[in-house]
Amino acid sequence: MTTILQTEKLRVEYRSRDFRQTTKVALVGLDLEVRAGEVFGFLGPNGAGKTTTMNVLLGFVPPTSGTGRLFGIDVRQPIARQRIGYLPEQTYYYKFLTAEELLRFYAKIFGLAYAEMDKRITNLLKLVELEHAAKRPIKSYSKGMQQRVGLAQALINNPDLLVLDEPTSGLDPLGRMKVREIIQRLKNEGKTVFFSSHELGEVETICDRVAIIHQGELKAVGSVAEISAGHENLEKAFLKIVGFQPSPLLP
Amino acid sequence: MNKIFALAGVVIKELYRRKDFYVLFVLTAVLTFAASAVNFFQDEKIIRYVKDICLLLIWISSLVIAIVTTARQIPAEREARTIFPLLAKPVSRAQVIAGKFLGCWLAAGIALVVFYFFFAVIASSREHTWPVVMYFQAAWMQWCLLAVVIALVLLGSIYFAAPSSTSTISFIVVAGIMLVGGHLNTIALSQPEPMQSVLAGVYYFIPHLEWYYLSDFVVYNMGCVSWVKILAATLYAAAWTGIFLTLAWLGFRRKNLTT
Repeated sequence: MTTILQTEKLRVEYRSRDFRQTTKVALVGLDLEVRAGEVFGFLGPNGAGKTTTMNVLLGFVPPTSGTGRLFGIDVRQPIARQRIGYLPEQTYYYKFLTAEELLRFYAKIFGLAYAEMDKRITNLLKLVELEHAAKRPIKSYSKGMQQRVGLAQALINNPDLLVLDEPTSGLDPLGRMKVREIIQRLKNEGKTVFFSSHELGEVETICDRVAIIHQGELKAVGSVAEISAGHENLEKAFLKIVGFQPSPLLP
Repeated sequence: MNKIFALAGVVIKELYRRKDFYVLFVLTAVLTFAASAVNFFQDEKIIRYVKDICLLLIWISSLVIAIVTTARQIPAEREARTIFPLLAKPVSRAQVIAGKFLGCWLAAGIALVVFYFFFAVIASSREHTWPVVMYFQAAWMQWCLLAVVIALVLLGSIYFAAPSSTSTISFIVVAGIMLVGGHLNTIALSQPEPMQSVLAGVYYFIPHLEWYYLSDFVVYNMGCVSWVKILAATLYAAAWTGIFLTLAWLGFRRKNLTT
């Protein structure tokens, strides 16, 4: 099966801004491989290095050493991102634009032809149920609506790989269901989905494979069944892997 | 190139939606009123005086618009984190810099067109002459200067996180160059060494923005500047713009945007 996303010995160090210039290691030689057509869950406690990994893959942070590749192209090349869609955890969009204008802007960035652009914008607004609000500025949207705009912009280029950073965080149950439906639909269409989440139940339901990262190191990778083997469920396996010690006060 | 134009379009749209452009129209109305007042005096010197004031106003307001708009581009993108979904697309950081520059420069150009149009209509109707070419040269030179200033501010905004500090430092630098830059070589002659060499060095090191102020030509109806000089000044501005944009790109291309 083709490898869509790959990291090799990826290391990221942050240097503090104070005079001591202390170094914090965020990723330690991360080796990761995501294959075409799979839904890959990227798990880890807060501060484990999930977002840093995504930041490197998306070109926001340069790796200290090692490499990251998307579709076989080094992530430092902008063209590596031609076939990906990215949904950030929070809604970081130009709020003075309307949903339609935002989608048109991103479509231009992807170099879509005008006829194709109009068709996709209409279809995506329908998919995320925002046709009625398409001409309103994004700043007037509710949080759920803004998240749906985010999903639409992530799909504007009909991506082969979707990178989702905690896509259901902060959404109500209906919003979560909608996002899950869309991920399932993309999976059925043969798209690859790489997403981070704290919702282990959700990960268990929709992921083909998962990786667990802790303190910048990859601790486990495999199918949900493989990771959960010998444990009650994925959550118990996760807690064991990250070395969580339950408090004796807890039942 | 389409990506750069798309980015520029968003800059202009933001400016329009933030109502900043309406300030232009208020200012233009003030200019129009001031120029109309010339009619009351029927004195050539007063006409010149008012034209001078109007041109100074145009200079200051276009500089304010250019600097304030440019200074907030990259820091605001980083603060609102809109830079992340943008850079997750197949767009290079060089294209982001170019798009921001183009957007700010075009916005400043639109402002200049509005200002000079009103100025030309009112001043020409009072003086009964239509030195369109002279006005065009004055506006063109000012637009060239704004290209250098915008590129300089963009460079500053890569290193200074707060738009206010970028704006303040840019105003001081631009005002310093405009007021003192042209005299540095003369001042240098009266200084002892090594100050003389330092000042002479600074004179040749800075972009000479004062060359672009054609107010006297317009105020005293001195006629057009030689097109060769206009071309040379345009190339000079293009060179400095290129230098500042390259430095901005060098600073931005490997910048960790998450800290």
